[in-house]
Amino acid sequence: MTQPEAPKKSNPAIQPDPKVFDEPWQAQAFALTVTLHERGLFDWPEWAQFLSAELHQKSAKEDGSDYYSHWLTALEKLLASKGVVDVPSVTALAESWQRAAHATPHGVAITLDNDPIGRPV
Amino acid sequence: MSFREGAKISDGHHHDHDNHLSDMDAKVRALQTILVEKGLVDPAAVDVVVETYEHKVGPRNGAKVVAKAWVDPEFRAWLEKDASAAINSFGFEGRQGEHMHAVFNSPEQHNMVVCTLCSCYPWPVLGLPPVWYKSPPYRSRVVYEPRKVLGEFGVELPESTKIKVWDSTAELRYLVIPMRPAGSDGLSESELADLVTRDSMIGTGLALEPEQE
Repeated sequence: MTQPEAPKKSNPAIQPDPKVFDEPWQAQAFALTVTLHERGLFDWPEWAQFLSAELHQKSAKEDGSDYYSHWLTALEKLLASKGVVDVPSVTALAESWQRAAHATPHGVAITLDNDPIGRPV
Repeated sequence: MSFREGAKISDGHHHDHDNHLSDMDAKVRALQTILVEKGLVDPAAVDVVVETYEHKVGPRNGAKVVAKAWVDPEFRAWLEKDASAAINSFGFEGRQGEHMHAVFNSPEQHNMVVCTLCSCYPWPVLGLPPVWYKSPPYRSRVVYEPRKVLGEFGVELPESTKIKVWDSTAELRYLVIPMRPAGSDGLSESELADLVTRDSMIGTGLALEPEQE
């Protein structure tokens, strides 16, 4: 992921974190949540409650490195509670994405059409 | 950013001969696929949000607010009375900055901000929170041993300075206005803004002195 250009006057203390997101999927999970909230699918206190429940799991890592994994799980659960998605369908479709990725050569965009056994109905 | 770029980046991390998506990567794609097909999400809008938070919003916004509060007593009074409106006057508004409260450091009181619930944070003025802000130890410890946590950030305050910890919520976000550093007389507002660190606006740091910069 490309980083913002450093301002001309270097001031390490005031720079944003070197990376806002460590991996592209984290950015997608974050932005999906913001977009759905703006669409009115849920209000922010509702979201904070789901996120908080995940972040307070005993398995949460001390260094916060699994923050966006919890974020994504919270989003999935919130959407499931609203009847927008159901978890088994998300899981099946995620497996389809993984099969499609394995079947896609380097340098070519991964699409679900590449799933050798076809995406779940 | 698109998934296509995401896939290329993943390639860089794997030396096997096919593409591999992590479980999280695959799950977010699955969710997005479903949401787009239901017409609930426009992928272009998602990309705009990513671009905004990766490149456009960050603590330099908050630094401008602080510098103005240092030089302009009227602005400072406004910030004290109605932080949301005062901050909006810079054009810093929107998500997670709707209800802002500014807390002012003084020799008598130092302010620190946490979100014990999750990771509420004033995005329009500070961008997205650093990893430590979201970590369980900071979220729990700052409440009961703020002085010790502050020490771990390298800040020692006189015993006579009280430390107050503000717990953010999904509705109310805090911005710490650090004390103007010694030796900063005569600096312009934008030079002053360069002294304002992100951590000083969360309360885990102090503003830099001019020679530290």
